[in-house]
Amino acid sequence: MDKMPKWADVVLIPLISVVLALVVSGLVVAIIGESPWRAMEIMVRGAFGSAYGWGYTLYYATNFIFTGLAVAVAFHARLFNIGGEGQAALGGLGVAIILLGVAWPHWTIALLAAVLFSAAFGAVWAAVPAYLQAKRGSHIVITTIMFNYIASALMVYLLVNVFRVEGSMSPESATFAEAVHLPNAASFAGFLGFRGSTPLNFSFFLALLACVFVWLLIWRTRLGYEIRAFGHSDSAAVYAGINPTKIIMITMIISGALAGMMAINVVMGEAERLVLDFVEGAGFVGIAVALMGRSHPVGVILAALLFGALYQGGAELQFEMPAISREMVVVIQALVILFTGALDNMVRMPMQAFFLSLRRRREAGARTPAE
Amino acid sequence: MTAHAIELKGISKAFGPVQANRNISMSVAKGTIHGIVGENGAGKSTLMSILYGFYKADRGEIWIDGKLTPIPDSQAAIRAGIGMVHQHFKLVENFTVVENVILGAEDGALLRPSIAKARRLLTELSEEYGLKVDPDAMIEDLSVGHQQRVEILKQLYRHADILILDEPTGVLTPAEADQLFRILERLKEEGKTIILITHKLREIMEITDTVSVMRRGEMTNTVKTADTSPAELAEMMVGRKVLLEVDKAPATPGDVVLKVDKLRVVRGGVERLKGVSLEIRRGEILGIAGVAGNGQTELLQVLGGMIPAQGGTVTLHNEPLDVTGKHSNGQTRRARGIGHVPEDRQTEGLIMAYEAWENVAFGYHQDPKYNTGLLMNNAAIKDDCADKMARYDVRPPNPRLPARNFSGGNQQKIVVAREMDRAPDLLLVGQPTRGVDIGAIEFIHKQIIALRDQGKAILLVSVELDEIMGLSDRIAVMFDGRIMGERLPSETNENELGLLMAGVTQGAA
Amino acid sequence: MDFLTIVQILDSTVRLATPLLLACLAGLWSERAGIFDIGLEGKMLAAAFFSAAIAFTTGSVWLGLFAGIVASVFLSGLHGVASITFRGNQLISGVAINFLAAGLTVVIAQTWFQQGGRTPQLATESRFGNIVLPGAETRIRDIAQQGPLGQVYSELISGHSILVYVALLMVPLTWFLLYRTRFGLRLRAVGENPAAVDTAGVSVVGLRYAAVVICGVLCGLAGAYLATALNAGFVKDMSAGRGFIALAALIFAKWRPWYALSACLLFGLFDAIGNRYQNIQLGEFIVPVQFMQALPYILVVIVLAGLVGKAIPPRAGGEPYVKER
Repeated sequence: MDKMPKWADVVLIPLISVVLALVVSGLVVAIIGESPWRAMEIMVRGAFGSAYGWGYTLYYATNFIFTGLAVAVAFHARLFNIGGEGQAALGGLGVAIILLGVAWPHWTIALLAAVLFSAAFGAVWAAVPAYLQAKRGSHIVITTIMFNYIASALMVYLLVNVFRVEGSMSPESATFAEAVHLPNAASFAGFLGFRGSTPLNFSFFLALLACVFVWLLIWRTRLGYEIRAFGHSDSAAVYAGINPTKIIMITMIISGALAGMMAINVVMGEAERLVLDFVEGAGFVGIAVALMGRSHPVGVILAALLFGALYQGGAELQFEMPAISREMVVVIQALVILFTGALDNMVRMPMQAFFLSLRRRREAGARTPAE
Repeated sequence: MTAHAIELKGISKAFGPVQANRNISMSVAKGTIHGIVGENGAGKSTLMSILYGFYKADRGEIWIDGKLTPIPDSQAAIRAGIGMVHQHFKLVENFTVVENVILGAEDGALLRPSIAKARRLLTELSEEYGLKVDPDAMIEDLSVGHQQRVEILKQLYRHADILILDEPTGVLTPAEADQLFRILERLKEEGKTIILITHKLREIMEITDTVSVMRRGEMTNTVKTADTSPAELAEMMVGRKVLLEVDKAPATPGDVVLKVDKLRVVRGGVERLKGVSLEIRRGEILGIAGVAGNGQTELLQVLGGMIPAQGGTVTLHNEPLDVTGKHSNGQTRRARGIGHVPEDRQTEGLIMAYEAWENVAFGYHQDPKYNTGLLMNNAAIKDDCADKMARYDVRPPNPRLPARNFSGGNQQKIVVAREMDRAPDLLLVGQPTRGVDIGAIEFIHKQIIALRDQGKAILLVSVELDEIMGLSDRIAVMFDGRIMGERLPSETNENELGLLMAGVTQGAA
Repeated sequence: MDFLTIVQILDSTVRLATPLLLACLAGLWSERAGIFDIGLEGKMLAAAFFSAAIAFTTGSVWLGLFAGIVASVFLSGLHGVASITFRGNQLISGVAINFLAAGLTVVIAQTWFQQGGRTPQLATESRFGNIVLPGAETRIRDIAQQGPLGQVYSELISGHSILVYVALLMVPLTWFLLYRTRFGLRLRAVGENPAAVDTAGVSVVGLRYAAVVICGVLCGLAGAYLATALNAGFVKDMSAGRGFIALAALIFAKWRPWYALSACLLFGLFDAIGNRYQNIQLGEFIVPVQFMQALPYILVVIVLAGLVGKAIPPRAGGEPYVKER
């Protein structure tokens, strides 16, 4: 018998963990001498109080859906992809190459090309660690971290030496042609109050589409069945004739592609050029999002929304409460990872005991009248 | 009357919802060998782990030498003079024998004096009890039999007066088991008290003075060994009359189905199969006897497509089977009509986190009947699972239950249903009844014989000699990666097989 | 390239290898006991901040060092609670600790000093000074006048902060404790087969916590060295991946103390060369500075790819110990 009902496992435990993370974050705010209530109010208002706020919240959430899905897909094969950061950076490189290199007549075709290139570049950056894991047994956690650093150096080099516009001092590429600019929320949802300056753009729908794709892949296809089987037990997977190398490669390629596609939102949808460090930690936020969302697309969307709100609210917070640094968001992110990922059992053990005693009592209650 | 060496009073222990031990009382006289028998999951190991302080009992008392002795942890057990040799040895593989022996029983903060002293004592002990081991050998270089000696030496080094052995002969050849029993008798003469946990009734009859029977967490009987019989013990274990013999008609072998020729496997730099050749015909069960770790696992894994071979050929119905190349995997084997009940259902045969229905498709998930186009047809798999659960008596018959929530016997029935229901031309079966209750054993044995009677070929690997003797139509004995010889069950006996299992051929003897 | 230049490069190799070595030995203690630790980076960072902050406010570098160690041990303890007591995923716990340190150091720095997430510059007396060994010269002009042996003595052997010598001493100390004492035997056993230790009546949890605390102390030293000896104060993300390079050095060193020393010196040498020569001209090619910066990471990947021999980690590493049923 399972020790507790499924809903408790899937909904209650992550929820309690997130609440714990937020409570500890509140304590941190209180310790540095500010009011956590006021901070929270500012953040909620900043994230959800206006169309302006929503625009940023959903824009950030779009990034985190992509990177969260990337980590989640890898988790299903019990692979820990910490390389989302570098894979997204490479995705941006792919976007810039294809948008600067070809004169696209319309954004729709350009978007298709950008999807292909960002995914391919991200996938390649994930495929090397995957290959080393599958064939050489190199720990994928360490290699993906190393690839983040290598990607970062590579991007600096390329932006300074290759993409930089002649005569400009800033390490960024030329702006993309007008024709490939993605429609932003003002043009497809202007009736909701979004202005032309909102960063929220068409990529949001792409992110939702990616969620549907991941859900189908993991829970409805043979490949997903094999990925999950391999994640639960590699020895059993071998028994069933599932090729571990193939699963590691394909899973990481999909994971890297999803991380790479995050660049579409930022590079093509918002900045409209390639800039230095555009990923801004989104690859790492994906870890928290996947853990909190239990590697399920619906959970990923909800967790991405929470982190989108934290990022946007955090920016507002820094405005209104200068004593609190924007890095507070990183602290919250760390605590969410800690409580939902590493301290999972701290919440789970008491909950199991609770549900067990509940069941004992129910069984005892059911028996008494009979006796 | 002298005090008992051990007296347990009203011991109870629950793991979550499972009551592993229920109000158990038992006493063992000093200087005797006491057996504990029971089916898998009857609570034998739990009880002994409580005595060794590995688990804490929820209720009950432990008395040692007539004194109430609380044992909250292993340290307390060691102080009370209790030593335990676990079924799975608790040795550090890349440490030397002497390092393993002193671990936790060092004399001071620095190692050097402890090691010198231990080396000296080990030599004395090994001469006194006939437990010869090189003190400076690495554990991973020792045979299983020698590793067990290290475990016993470890306990003697700690001055254990009470020695608990949990299924000590599972990994030994009959000859090694005999040696172990001589050592145990020697220890008994020295006044040590020994508790022997086993499921092999023959061993109980051979060596113990008294025996206790456990069933479903309770201790049902304690009797003098001289006053009982294997049949009576079996009945007490199961709670009903049991047929120890398997009922089957003589085989009528037909054409050759599987032909293995000079198969070689190297794993981790060690040659595990050194040129194995064998044949199995239609309507025939070939049993492979042998002590665990002599290549049987690799034989099954190669034939099942789990690992590649480095040499040799295999044909199925006279058509070659790729065993060395990259097309050698579980999928291609299944496509050729080979079913495989693997040795370890928990790490190979099932995904424990998958629900029963998902496991029913495991390995056959590419089968068109489980799929519609790109997507899997979950409804069809669930229907198939419900149907199989009914026909193979899986309890509870709930396709949505995760595999880990079934008992060992029912888990095995799920695997058996999946692998046998397609009536494969060749069925590979590894340890079909390991960790399975007697009711399920009978059921699984009947299924295997029924498949044989349909004219299928079956390769059976088991470390249980009784099972091999009972089911096989022919027996091949493996030792050190080779087939030592083939015998007909009617024309051989356990002694002869035991010698072959130890690598002794008639000619050499 | 003259002899003195080589000596100078080696000198800065030692300086740059010191934090790597301390962190690498920290990881060695933890992983030898079966606790994977990718949170070395975070612990160093936390120690760097607190040592600089306390050294600045009290003026005492020793109080700063103590504060850095306390901060690092606290994070170690957190890792222990997550991975030993609650049997959580050690990798995830390490990741969380890295972010926690990255975020908290800046948040607290901003609250305390309002300088955009850094500490003020440390004055010379609130830093670890360089120890001049007897008879050694200190000024480069004087050193240049010496013979080769004198140059090696004055430039390479003399003139480091105390933490450099402590780090070097830690190597034989770690070796001795691990291989020559009861504690070391048990600790190594717990990383290989905790069940063997448990059945021998020794506490697995106790040993693993001990290892984690030692790891925290050493990371604390590493972080304090960064902020109060190598630099003069804390800046955001100043550990700059050193925790991960230390981890890679550990794998390279096959979890052995003396090998760890060589691995860290090697990575320190790369760092020293990269610092001294920005763009290296090799015939027609110019090796860009970014390549030199990425080189340690590329090298780690090559090492991990097993092109330089196979490394076998402690067998129980990364697995929480659960008594079997």
